[in-house]
Amino acid sequence: MPVPRPWPRRLVESEAARPLILIVVIFVLWDMVIRLFRIPPYLIPTPLSVAGMLVTEWPRLLREGLITGYATLGGFALSILLGIPIAMLIAYSRLVESYVYPLLVFSQSIPKIAIAPLFVVWFGFGIFPKVISAFLLGFFPVVVATVMGFKSMEPEMIDLARSMRASRWQMFMKFSLPQALPSIFSGLKVSATLAVVGAVVGEFVGSNSGIGYLLQIANGNFDLPLMFAALFVLSMMGVLLFGVVELAEKLMIPWHQSRRGDAVGLAV
Amino acid sequence: MAESATGGAGVAAPAALIRVRGVAKTYRAAEGDVQSLLPLDFDIRQGEFLSVVGPSGCGKSTLLKLIAGLLPVSHGVIDIAGQQVDGPAPGIGIVFQNHVLLAWRTVLQNVMLQIEVRKLPRESGLEHARKLIDMVGLNGFENKFPWQLSGGMQQRASICRALVHDPAILLMDEPFGALDAMTREKMNLELQRIWAAARKTVLLITHSIPESIFLSDRVLVMTERPGAIAAIYDVALPRPRTLAMMGSPEFARLAQTIRGHFYSQGTLDH
Ligand SMILES: Nc1ncnc2c1ncn2[C@@H]1O[C@H](COP(=O)(O)OP(=O)(O)OP(=O)(O)O)[C@@H](O)[C@H]1O
Ligand SMILES: [Mg+2]
Repeated sequence: MPVPRPWPRRLVESEAARPLILIVVIFVLWDMVIRLFRIPPYLIPTPLSVAGMLVTEWPRLLREGLITGYATLGGFALSILLGIPIAMLIAYSRLVESYVYPLLVFSQSIPKIAIAPLFVVWFGFGIFPKVISAFLLGFFPVVVATVMGFKSMEPEMIDLARSMRASRWQMFMKFSLPQALPSIFSGLKVSATLAVVGAVVGEFVGSNSGIGYLLQIANGNFDLPLMFAALFVLSMMGVLLFGVVELAEKLMIPWHQSRRGDAVGLAV
Repeated sequence: MAESATGGAGVAAPAALIRVRGVAKTYRAAEGDVQSLLPLDFDIRQGEFLSVVGPSGCGKSTLLKLIAGLLPVSHGVIDIAGQQVDGPAPGIGIVFQNHVLLAWRTVLQNVMLQIEVRKLPRESGLEHARKLIDMVGLNGFENKFPWQLSGGMQQRASICRALVHDPAILLMDEPFGALDAMTREKMNLELQRIWAAARKTVLLITHSIPESIFLSDRVLVMTERPGAIAAIYDVALPRPRTLAMMGSPEFARLAQTIRGHFYSQGTLDH
């Protein structure tokens, strides 16, 4: 019979609680630093004022958060829907690879924030430019990881499939795809967090709604507590989306989770 | 210098099932060509058990892949039952040197992959798979993933996969390399039993000279790279063979002869 451990020990040992514990520690340190060095609130707000803002401004934060959330989801979904098929074309065709891949890398080096105003000119103030912006940031990691996933098939595995006289479809469904999934998922996780950034970038340059817009206003008014509260909401959104992807990964490739142990799939 | 033999089963020597005629292989690579096999000529008869021994890198795996239709020949012709090989033929089971089990499938699922991909009846396939898993001593591990097994266990799982569709031809690339001596002997006996019961035609690549003699009708010895045939020996020992025969003078003499090839070449592999 295992001896029941005291609850503080159990809390520290539970993986879910660890980030929360760290957050609490950071909050305490943050508060102490402000008190110790007498940092004025117009430079760094106190944790308490930020928490207060989170409570009082919650309806507004939620409303703007949802708007940014939709744009993020839209961009992320587009990244998946376009990124994975394009990556598959690149992985399977030398020709497509030689034409498309260098161009993709080239386009990736263009700072998105510089061209984001253009989207507003083209698509107006709606959700669309934000979705595009989120897509542009989220797209590349998906492509890179998927290409890597499909290309990393061992030659002997191909021999095995061929020896069984697998059709192209079987080859894809029973060998290539399952083999590529862990890599695809690590790309999706990076993409999820970048899509949030992309959506906010879209909102920065031309929008009258969303967390990015709220950040602009708070910045203009030197309303630091509101700014920090908005940043907090933004981070939570990234965490949430990351968590959803991780959950999907657990459900779709349970064999992988247990094998990789501690190495979190934060490649790229 | 070859020992006289009639294969042991007492039947007249059947016709060649696999014919290798002037087959050579040169790998083309950007860094330059690698000549792997010099032109080879030999037959594998219907129902025969043929082993190939040779130093590392002499082209044994290459030869197996050529016969399996997984690699194109550079010169010459291979035919199986009169059909020229130009791709993987049906009715072949292969044990690969690196066992290549799929990480996302359990042992049983890995074995069943063969049945699924070939679209064979599931029920009988499953029954056969379980029987094979039992035979190689993996019972209780059916639902474990490959990375939860030892190297030797992975190898045994891949042997089950090569046998589950009951192929007429079995091509095995060092299938017992990762096994301990005891398990290896047990697997040798099982392989002999399967071969005798189902009259399969077997090509076995091995690093173990005793294993090659114990199991085979003939042993093909290869030279160093680029591989050529150094000699082919008939094994005259009666069948079914027992482990005790490994101590017989005949066995020792043949083993010594084969070993001589490697010493004279200055290499002893394994
Ligand atoms: N895909 C390849 N491309 C180029 N050269 C290759 C390739 N595969 C094998 N070779 C070369 O062909 C030769 C024979 O290789 P092979 O794998 O057939 O040897 P082997 O007899 O099976 O060796 P071992 O006993 O170590 O498994 C080697 O010298 C190797 O370098
Ligand atoms: Mg080899």
